[in-house]
Amino acid sequence: MSKKLKAIIIGPGNIGTDLLMKIQRSEWVEPVWMVGIDPSSEGLKRAEAMGIKTCATGVDGVLEHIIKDDIRIAFDATSAYVHAENSRKLNELGVIMIDLTPAAIGPFCVPPVNLVEQTKNLAMNVNMVTCGGQATIPMVAAISRVQPVEYGEIVATVSSRSVGPGTRVNIDEFTRTTASGVEQVGGAKKGKAIIVINPAEPPLMMRDTVHCLTETAPDQAAITESIHAMVKEVQRYVPGYTLVNGPVFDGNRVSCFMQVEGLGDFLPKYAGNLDIMTAAALRTAEMFAEEAANQSITLPARG
Amino acid sequence: MNLQGKKVTLHDMSLRDGMHAKRHQISLEEMVSIATGLDQAGMPMIEVTHGDGLGGASVNYGFPAHSDEEYLKAVVPQMKQAKISALLLPGIGTVDHLNMAKDCGVTSIRVATHCTEADVSQQHITQAAKMGMDTVGFLMMAHMIRPEKILEQARLMISYGANCIYATDSAGYMLPDDVTARIGLLRNELPNNIEVGFHGHHNLGMGIANSLAAIEAGATRIDGSVAGLGAGAGNTPLEVFCAVLDRMDVTTGIDLFKIMDVAEDLVVPLMDHPVRVDRNSLTLGYAGVYSSFLLFAKRAEENYGISARDLLVELGRRGTVGGQEDMIEDLALTMAKEQGLI
Repeated sequence: MSKKLKAIIIGPGNIGTDLLMKIQRSEWVEPVWMVGIDPSSEGLKRAEAMGIKTCATGVDGVLEHIIKDDIRIAFDATSAYVHAENSRKLNELGVIMIDLTPAAIGPFCVPPVNLVEQTKNLAMNVNMVTCGGQATIPMVAAISRVQPVEYGEIVATVSSRSVGPGTRVNIDEFTRTTASGVEQVGGAKKGKAIIVINPAEPPLMMRDTVHCLTETAPDQAAITESIHAMVKEVQRYVPGYTLVNGPVFDGNRVSCFMQVEGLGDFLPKYAGNLDIMTAAALRTAEMFAEEAANQSITLPARG
Repeated sequence: MNLQGKKVTLHDMSLRDGMHAKRHQISLEEMVSIATGLDQAGMPMIEVTHGDGLGGASVNYGFPAHSDEEYLKAVVPQMKQAKISALLLPGIGTVDHLNMAKDCGVTSIRVATHCTEADVSQQHITQAAKMGMDTVGFLMMAHMIRPEKILEQARLMISYGANCIYATDSAGYMLPDDVTARIGLLRNELPNNIEVGFHGHHNLGMGIANSLAAIEAGATRIDGSVAGLGAGAGNTPLEVFCAVLDRMDVTTGIDLFKIMDVAEDLVVPLMDHPVRVDRNSLTLGYAGVYSSFLLFAKRAEENYGISARDLLVELGRRGTVGGQEDMIEDLALTMAKEQGLI
């Protein structure tokens, strides 16, 4: 029996397509279905050309195939509005939902920080926070694991071309969800998130700044070491994640200046913000597969 | 130029844009005293917020002496006639901040986006309009794109519910012809019930000239600040502008001598540095850089030994936009490393 877990992707847009390309290289996850709602969509045609089954009638259309095809993982790259229903229907069939929307009905998952915990608990719905959250929360956590962080603030600057209509129409959701993630996963007592969209051409690479205020004078050597170690952890699934400058210490302020270059699968390299989401989502699914393969978790029973 | 008989609504920025020049450290007493002075002088609109708008309190932009809520609650009840407005930048502030401001008695909200990104303002403009507020779409760094593109973005904001559109010269880069082209197109193409406004910075010394050009092209709201207290070389100094408009027979409803006194007696004494065109603020205007970068660039110069002017020129070359204050320290670190200074 193959160790690979079979997966469906819901939402054949840019994110879904990029995710598909990444999953096709995975040793742990096998993409089986791409699910959309528009039979004429480019994304479904692309998925078909890439050799996977497509369904144009939404999640309802794929439900009958879930058990038959032994689908264990679903990636939802649609929108927060439809995510809850998608998740309910698939969870009922024992499918683990990895949520790339801002719906955040399940616990947040930032792979190098709390993925092990989420997989061991067999969380049936995990949320990938936001792109800004994936790029910055590891750094907040790297500082808060050394000493208490009173306040964590992140500034994500992204190219205009990489920000889709869903994010634009509800930009407050980005700031709120990211700030919650900085607190809940990053470990800051209070979190704040800021997003800046820049239309420069050629598009700029995603940049992220992390400012933390530690409760007491920062242990500079320990924090520096912790940050460098965390950067390496993120680089395991996003090789283009780099610490451009910092950590800078100024009183109790610790600041890091990050850049996120994507792999350039389907999304351009400058869209590191989108790449880090798809890479983190796949990393999460792989961890579930690894844990299931070495029997440290048991997937929902099937007849 | 003949503006005789025109009427304009002036909008004071000293207690919002001026917060940049004060590193957001204006005291409640100073806020109330300046706002009261302006109210008595007949200023119809006064903006009170963190320099970067509601929710701007942050490491990145600076923590203010008091919260937006504290400032608004102190100022609003003291006003006899002036309306208090608040600025909100989607991505920094949220609808929660907007609702708070409304509860504090703010009647005019200005939702500000970079000039190409109007579609991030939908939820805030919609909510403000729904609550019956005077709802302004504020297109920043408007020098960076063609007038036709500004018009397209303005139409988006109007479709969400804005009743007034600003072309904002955040970098103080525009020359009068640039203002005329933008304001003129907005005025000619937008419905008559939509007001058009202009917000200038004095970095090239063009605050007054640009504001006059805006009025001539059809703007009915003009921002400025008493004594020019604002980011960079400041905003259009309102006491000067009032005197000029008085000479040109434009109606503002403002008592010139009273506003002159507010400038001289209340605002100038609290300035931390002379707000004027100097080497660095001139560079903002020349290089087309967001005016509030000024003090951050000066601080980076002190910390890392890279000249503020070099930093600002490079930030302009990179097409940096409002809100990217973090990139100033980042760039200074990179340049200092390259030059072997750290």
